[in-house]
Amino acid sequence: MMPNTQTNPSAIPARPNAIEIKKVDIYYGSYRAVHDVNIDIHDRKISAFIGPSGCGKSTVLRAINRMNDLVIGARLEGEIIFQGRNLYGADIDPVEVRRRIGMVFQKPNPFPKSIYDNVAYGPRLLGIKDKATLDEIVESSLKRAALWDEVKNDLKKSGMALSGGQQQRLCIARTIAVEPEVILMDEPCSALDPISTQRIEELMLELVDQYTIVIVTHNMQQAQRVSDYTAFFSIRRTEDEATGKDTRWGELVEFEQTDQLFSRPAKKETADYISGRFG
Amino acid sequence: MSNLVDVGVYRSDVIRRNTRARWMQNIYFSTLIIAIIVLLLLLFSIINQTFGYVAISQEIKAEQLSDRPLAELQPTELATILLEQTPRLLLVMVRDNLSAVPVDQFTSTPLRDGINGTVPDDLADLTPRDLSGDTGPAAYARLLGDNLSSAQLVALIEVNVLKVEIEQSWTLVESLTQREEIEASVAATEDQEDLVFYSWLNNRLLTQRNSQRVEEAGIGPALAGTFYLLIMTVAISLPLGVGAAIYLEEYAQESFLNRLLETNIRNLAGVPSIIYGMLGLTVFVNTLSFITQGRSILSGALTLSLLILPIIITNSREALRAVPSTIREASYGLGATKWQTVSRQILPAALPGVLTGLILGVSRAIGETAPLIVIGATNSISTFPDSPFSRFSVLPFTIYNWSSQPDAAFKNASSAAIIVLLVLLLIINSAAIFFRNRAISKRV
Ligand SMILES: Nc1ncnc2c1ncn2[C@@H]1O[C@H](COP(=O)(O)OP(=O)(O)OP(=O)(O)O)[C@@H](O)[C@H]1O
Ligand SMILES: [Mg+2]
Repeated sequence: MMPNTQTNPSAIPARPNAIEIKKVDIYYGSYRAVHDVNIDIHDRKISAFIGPSGCGKSTVLRAINRMNDLVIGARLEGEIIFQGRNLYGADIDPVEVRRRIGMVFQKPNPFPKSIYDNVAYGPRLLGIKDKATLDEIVESSLKRAALWDEVKNDLKKSGMALSGGQQQRLCIARTIAVEPEVILMDEPCSALDPISTQRIEELMLELVDQYTIVIVTHNMQQAQRVSDYTAFFSIRRTEDEATGKDTRWGELVEFEQTDQLFSRPAKKETADYISGRFG
Repeated sequence: MSNLVDVGVYRSDVIRRNTRARWMQNIYFSTLIIAIIVLLLLLFSIINQTFGYVAISQEIKAEQLSDRPLAELQPTELATILLEQTPRLLLVMVRDNLSAVPVDQFTSTPLRDGINGTVPDDLADLTPRDLSGDTGPAAYARLLGDNLSSAQLVALIEVNVLKVEIEQSWTLVESLTQREEIEASVAATEDQEDLVFYSWLNNRLLTQRNSQRVEEAGIGPALAGTFYLLIMTVAISLPLGVGAAIYLEEYAQESFLNRLLETNIRNLAGVPSIIYGMLGLTVFVNTLSFITQGRSILSGALTLSLLILPIIITNSREALRAVPSTIREASYGLGATKWQTVSRQILPAALPGVLTGLILGVSRAIGETAPLIVIGATNSISTFPDSPFSRFSVLPFTIYNWSSQPDAAFKNASSAAIIVLLVLLLIINSAAIFFRNRAISKRV
């Protein structure tokens, strides 16, 4: 597969769907999971989050569409700016944020409903009832997610009866159906076989002309294959001299164009991690 | 086997562990067998009491009244028999079977209003008091013939004309194994004239009201009372219980008040039911009597709802909690509000568990007697409940009452009533199971 064409960030003209993560700290109760994260996610580009397990990739990703609000005790300090507004401002409704910033999860999680109802679920939430309109949305979303040809004769079939890879594409179709501007993907291929993984990767490269995509992955090759930008996170730890208590938190080490980060990493830590010399 | 890895810490004790497993398996199996045997014994004893020979006596034989069997006669012909044989009892029969007004107002109310059914035009304006002369019986016979079914009229004839009395009853086993002895004993006993094989579970039992005489006693109002009571209890407790469960699981924040609420709900499930009766008496019957009209079905249903709410809430909460979080996340991730997620994903997925809770609750409610006696269910109710505010009677109470009657034949009637109660329970639970299975199969 061809690496996606790289562009100089300063050459991007309008950036309506860019996301600026500014000085973000995220807490679970009193535990600070990540500290001082600053990332400029570019409009209609694929950004990848990589880093060791527990460094807070999912935490940051889920903060972008306020999914962390669902975790009791989770809280964010700092700002995430989207379309000129702080997503954590008092006037922002998280329900609308999640409609505009969709999410695909690690484990394919179709609803226990038919394929049709899975895709139509989001539009129906928004109050669309007209059958013809729904049919159209379902068809175009499934086509966009490269699933249409496989299921077009079987739309009544349960979404759960599809293969893992098909389920994940169904979840992508379901996300697209509410016309979000950004799609967040948390290790979308980690439960899939190589062929399905390749299909999802191809799909991402197709979708990026219309959507800003952020993907968390443990797969370096995947990050290199699909992403334009890569953020590398790592775990920091301090030991309290007096109590001997060990404190850990995740931090952003480096955010760069993908080819640069992998070929000429600015930090030694990054170089160690991507060459497999981590830990 | 034992020589595979038989050294050191890996010393094989497979044989010992397997023996132990087999022992436990046998113990569990025997408890199951014991439970099944006990259940079968229970069913057997109920059925044994419900069918069997009865020795009856009667003053007049049916053949003396008509050359055809009574069951084949038209209602008007049966009414004529009643008119000829028992003219003086017809007023009471009309009042007991057709009156639409309280007993004390019946004689002074025009028949048009006083009768529950069709009244011929020429009688419509008359009151029973106007009919006290010779014209009365003929008029009442017309009313009976027009408004009662053949079966009801035959029952009236049996009781009032033939004066059928059950003198002695035998169980099914006795009837099958000791036929000769029973026949001999009936022949030898003076007032026992006939021996018939009798089913205590019959049409009369299901439709008639309670009575001091076992030949007349039925469970009609009690069956209707139990049925309406259960329907209303479900209608009240299901939405309340599921609502409370949704609040506690999905909306409630972790707080002292909510934790207190949770603990209390769990403890309430263990409170003896009579306490609920006392509560129902003070709250629903007395304090809220302007709504519930006192000792009404509504009061009973509210009390039973309190009784089964903890069961429904606890089961519904467990069902809600068992809904995978991936479904919640998927729904929220698409921009669903909390209520959309709850109503479109979580509740449908939890429905089977909710219905299981309902089945458990209803099964408990259907057999409850104590709180309802406190509330004021009585056995002497002779009218069918016609509104949520009617006084009422319930089956378990009738069963209890009959089984403690001195007349041994009431024990047979009581067994028949138990069968009716069990069948009712079975029907209601089958309905719930049907909906549960449909909910499960909808989860494609
Ligand atoms: N719901 C939660 N409640 C409390 N702590 C949490 C919660 N979710 C994550 N954490 C903590 O936050 C830290 C970051 O977790 P996170 O899931 O973001 O890591 P990750 O980088 O996605 O790891 P992985 O690669 O294994 O998915 C971890 O220390 C984790 O224990
Ligand atoms: Mg993660």
